[in-house]
Amino acid sequence: MKAFAALFTAIDQSTKTTIKVNALSDYFQEADDIDKLWTIALFSGRRPKRAVTTTKLREWGAEVAGVPLWLFEECYPIVGDLAETIALVLPPNQTTDNRSLSQWITDLREVYKADDEAKKAFVLDAWARLGGTERFIFNKLITGGMRVGVSQKLMTRALARATMRDESELAHRLMGNWHPDDTTWHALIEAEDASADASRPYPFYLAYAIEGGPDALETPEDWRAEWKWDGIRGQLILRGGEHFVWSRGEELMTDRFPELARAVDYLPDGTVLDGELLVWHAGEEYPASFNTLQPRIGRKTVPKKLLTDAPVVLHAYDLIEWQGADIRHLPFAERRAMLEQACKDLAPEAPVKLSPQLPFKTPADLHAYRDRARGAHAEGLMLKRADSPYLAGRKKGDWWKWKLAPLTIDAVMIYAQAGSGRRANLFTDYTFAVRDGDALVPFTKAYSGLTDKEFRQITTWVRKNTLQRFGPVRQVTPHHVFEIAFEGIQASPRHKSGVALRFPRMLRWRHDKPLSEANTLDDLNEMLRIFG
Amino acid sequence: MSKTPVLTFSPEGIYCPAGDFYIDPWRRVDRALITHGHADHSRWGMGSYLATHDALPVMRHRLGDIVAEGIAYGEQRTIGDATVSFHPAGHVPGSAQIRVEVDGEVWVASGDYKVIDDGVSTPFEPVRCHHFITESTFGLPVFHWEPQEVVAQQINDWWRNCIANGKTAILGAYSLGKAQRLISMLDPSLGPILCHTAIENTNAVMRTQGIILPDTVLANKDVSAKTHAGAMVIAPPSALGSAWSKKFGPQESGFASGWMAMRGVRRRRAGDRGFIISDHADWAGLLWAIKQTEAENIYVTHGYTDIFARYLNENGYHAQVVPTQFEGESLDPKDDSGEAA
Repeated sequence: MKAFAALFTAIDQSTKTTIKVNALSDYFQEADDIDKLWTIALFSGRRPKRAVTTTKLREWGAEVAGVPLWLFEECYPIVGDLAETIALVLPPNQTTDNRSLSQWITDLREVYKADDEAKKAFVLDAWARLGGTERFIFNKLITGGMRVGVSQKLMTRALARATMRDESELAHRLMGNWHPDDTTWHALIEAEDASADASRPYPFYLAYAIEGGPDALETPEDWRAEWKWDGIRGQLILRGGEHFVWSRGEELMTDRFPELARAVDYLPDGTVLDGELLVWHAGEEYPASFNTLQPRIGRKTVPKKLLTDAPVVLHAYDLIEWQGADIRHLPFAERRAMLEQACKDLAPEAPVKLSPQLPFKTPADLHAYRDRARGAHAEGLMLKRADSPYLAGRKKGDWWKWKLAPLTIDAVMIYAQAGSGRRANLFTDYTFAVRDGDALVPFTKAYSGLTDKEFRQITTWVRKNTLQRFGPVRQVTPHHVFEIAFEGIQASPRHKSGVALRFPRMLRWRHDKPLSEANTLDDLNEMLRIFG
Repeated sequence: MSKTPVLTFSPEGIYCPAGDFYIDPWRRVDRALITHGHADHSRWGMGSYLATHDALPVMRHRLGDIVAEGIAYGEQRTIGDATVSFHPAGHVPGSAQIRVEVDGEVWVASGDYKVIDDGVSTPFEPVRCHHFITESTFGLPVFHWEPQEVVAQQINDWWRNCIANGKTAILGAYSLGKAQRLISMLDPSLGPILCHTAIENTNAVMRTQGIILPDTVLANKDVSAKTHAGAMVIAPPSALGSAWSKKFGPQESGFASGWMAMRGVRRRRAGDRGFIISDHADWAGLLWAIKQTEAENIYVTHGYTDIFARYLNENGYHAQVVPTQFEGESLDPKDDSGEAA
């Protein structure tokens, strides 16, 4: 595990891409195949089966550290990471152990079926042997989520360099359902036949935000426009008589959207569609808001009532595999024509719909569409170059998103809470209120949008202006006004204010506005009436 | 029994009714006893100041023309009906715990302290008392400091590595105390040590009072990576990544603070490297110091006060959290040439 710990440290302590890629590439050239395989797996969110429950880990950690469990539990949210909290409270130790990363994983797997006594003996022995980063990594192997500053993109780049293989081909190989328990380095990275897994999705092509709007497009005739839908990006795969649904976060969501099973009745085998999962009620002109989709996201199985209340369709906007062939290299206009052909006979009850294109001649036409976007329950426009291939990852130039300007409201900060992890000692999580006569009505929380410097200023201020404490939450003097931006507003009986916001964040700190100029509950209700 | 406590907590700061003085006051008062020169303890505008001989030069440097008197560690002074004395707190050079005795009852306001010998400050000495006022900046069992020589080696290894890669090492540290401690830990044989003005000024003050530091060079406009290759630059955290730092060419930045123990904070703040070193006591240090005082009544001020006080109460002490308005010290390292951590 030493080599892996050294890699982890090199990546973790640097903010520079080149250093990270170099460290990874060196590691991929030197480590054993099985260690390399596990490294890719861990850095892409895969992990060994959990051999020990986190409850047991906490108990044993507190016990070995000689601190009461409550004190351990207090430390955890401040540190923000269980594996790290345990590594920090245990008696310090700088020793090491010669077992490799994969050997530790094998050993962990062997205690999976053992009783708690044996598990405890194993874990305590590991803690006694391993110091520093290695101890932290050992804990991470159990708790999962080895989040380190390495994107899939960086890892793929390093792999490409170390293996002399094509980057986009590697990106595709790393997608999908694989796990180190049932593949090998050779099968995953080197084998000629990369189609082994029928469920394997393609890397999503992601758009950048267009700066300054579409007026910058020099030749409008070379571009195509569509609504930018506000749902979940998804890839529908029809292969070998089966169907698979993948999220952009590379999560297999097939069972969450059983409606899509019927897609095999309407579309031929060997088809892969890129589109947006949306709640769409039969007969409606536009999809329902994102809020109605929310209950579907968390559920692994879907009760009947929810299926009726929030039926999901895939709004298809690209075709990336047709008749079993990868067609990502074809120009968008050609793929689009094939997509339209494939969708032309779809029955109204089919779970797949064609996302319409928006005809336009000038940028002014696009502005007119965008002005109507909120009414169409879209969050803006997508602009795609007609001759663009379907690329992997976020690339500039051919695809742009042109989002609506967010809605905004000026609100008063009334509660503050310290963050965790990166923000462990800063007050970063705030509750905001609007005015209602002399009263203040809380209506949203927001965590993001300010600079570190602003968070530090507010933290100092909060310490001096705390009125009351409720556990970790501090009620502060209502004084500071912030401009809150959000993407949508919905009626919500669960909230005191009666509204729920979509993606609220702090746009700016309004030093210039006194409390008396913050918006009111009436203003909020007016927004609900217009945009809800 | 309802006699007036020896020390009380008022909006101005810690107050001694028997002697009519304040300790580290927040607001302007006539008579202030100061534990150490950091800005959140030693503020401008007091009628008169009393601090250790070693703390005064820096205070005068920072506060300008003040009415101030020095006192030696251990020297007893009578103020009104109170007897006061100053005892080493080990936090920064000149820092003190202030012992106040009235009618045989002893209180100690410890200010900020650490219990290990850092090589530049007079080491911490426990003072027996009945009532002990303690900070708890790092009052959680996740904080554990490595011995100073271990951190010194990490920093020198980093410096050596920077030199090997043709880079300048820039280490962020607070200008009073932490900076001098770090300078004293450096191996001057590796290369030149350059200091930002704010730090070099404090170095000069400390050298005149007999603190021995390796040679340092003021990083003025004539100094750059060209004139001083392979240098270690010590600068206030705010100078890291600033236009000023550009002249040092290819560089790596580091940050030295107790907060670097947490990976999240390290990633947010550290630049290239974070070194875990603090002028405050770690968990074990706080508990050891409190035990040594033999006090039964503990007042917890800065930091993780609620959690720390609860732990003390479960372990046989009578501990309470001092009201919030006294919680002046930022938990996050300040950007200016401030204090903490």
